Amino acid sequence: MSALFSKKNREVLLTPLGLNNPVTTQVLGICSALAVTVQLEPAVVMSLSVVIITALSNFVISLMRNTVPNRIRIIVQLVVVATLVTIVSEVLKAFAYDVSVQLSVYIGLIITNCILMGRLEAFAMMNRPWESFLDGIGNGLGYAKILIMVAFFRELLGAGSLFGHQIIPQAMYDAGYMNNGMMLMPPMALILCACIIWYERAKNKELQESSN
Amino acid sequence: MNTNSNSYTILYASVMVIVVAFLLAFVSSSLKDIQNANVELDGKKQILAALNLRNSSDVAADYTKFVKQDQLMQADGTLVAYEGVFQSSYKEEMDANRFHVFVCEVEGATKYVLPVCGAGLWGPIWGYVALNEDKTTVYGAYFSHKGETPGLGADIATEKFQDQFINKEVFNGDEIALTVVKNGKVVHDHYEVDGISGGTITSVGVAHMLRDCLGVYAKFLTNK
Repeated sequence: MSALFSKKNREVLLTPLGLNNPVTTQVLGICSALAVTVQLEPAVVMSLSVVIITALSNFVISLMRNTVPNRIRIIVQLVVVATLVTIVSEVLKAFAYDVSVQLSVYIGLIITNCILMGRLEAFAMMNRPWESFLDGIGNGLGYAKILIMVAFFRELLGAGSLFGHQIIPQAMYDAGYMNNGMMLMPPMALILCACIIWYERAKNKELQESSN
Repeated sequence: MNTNSNSYTILYASVMVIVVAFLLAFVSSSLKDIQNANVELDGKKQILAALNLRNSSDVAADYTKFVKQDQLMQADGTLVAYEGVFQSSYKEEMDANRFHVFVCEVEGATKYVLPVCGAGLWGPIWGYVALNEDKTTVYGAYFSHKGETPGLGADIATEKFQDQFINKEVFNGDEIALTVVKNGKVVHDHYEVDGISGGTITSVGVAHMLRDCLGVYAKFLTNK
């Protein structure tokens, strides 16, 4: 058990949550971060699905890594991801219909999420299955962290609610407070992402390029 | 083994595709029955939602309790019994000139539920409108969508939006008047409903859907 969570493996799992975050440091998966962060609920559901799919696809590709012909490796990766996404979507439709209705288009969007292909190419093709699995979970969670942060601010400031429940009291609106409609527009997700990147870079000296 | 040779690459790709095809076909066919049952149950749940019976714990039982008949409207506006199986998507039914009317009974009063369908910003939208026995006032409404923007157009699926339709009039004179107008621009509040700000195209889609689909039922609605 201790070997399964050795220091190196813990790093594989945890660094994507902090210093090597897929969204803010590797700048992967920005496109879907724009699409699903208007409200917290779809952001959370999308995050969970991405965690599951990155972990599984990393695991499967890592098992296959020594047999994959180099010239068609991207196609092989794509087929594995698409198969997993389709299976997950079918299983959800059969056993969690409400969730699958809610995910609707997003589940297909996972196939195009660059975090998946990025991690398959950069990690799973040259590491063992267990490490790859952890890397998938770690990167999925790192993506989830940013997605939920952005969705939190967009829903709170854009609609005054969280998870669809009104948070900002009516009294504030009566006193002249207004929801910021800009927050609901896609560009605001980019601006919020940039603010998070700015904050993380200012805080962590390792992330800054040298000035010379 | 040389994993970069042409023959290996072709063989690998072929085997992979066949394995994946079998796997997906197996998953799809083995889950088909459960999925269809879910789709049917969801359709019934939507009809109950239009009757303001949301959060039903046993949809199948409530459906048989409240929905008495699934009928078809004929060209002269009268109803005949529908003999087929329960449908969960009414776009195809309308295209095939089968106009369903669900005759329901809630708290001793007759209600009619009419399916409606149209187009939003990104894809199809649909819903059910429940009318009182007089066929002119709205008892309840339910709308849903395939993939409208969350927080904007997707809000047509919220109770807050749908509850605005309750007690609205369908007709103004002989015209179908029930409609959705731009947010904050309601003038005739007995048949106009506030749209969603930021979700204008979806709101207009709902307005067109109501005009077109309720228009199809005009014969039935005016046939007292």
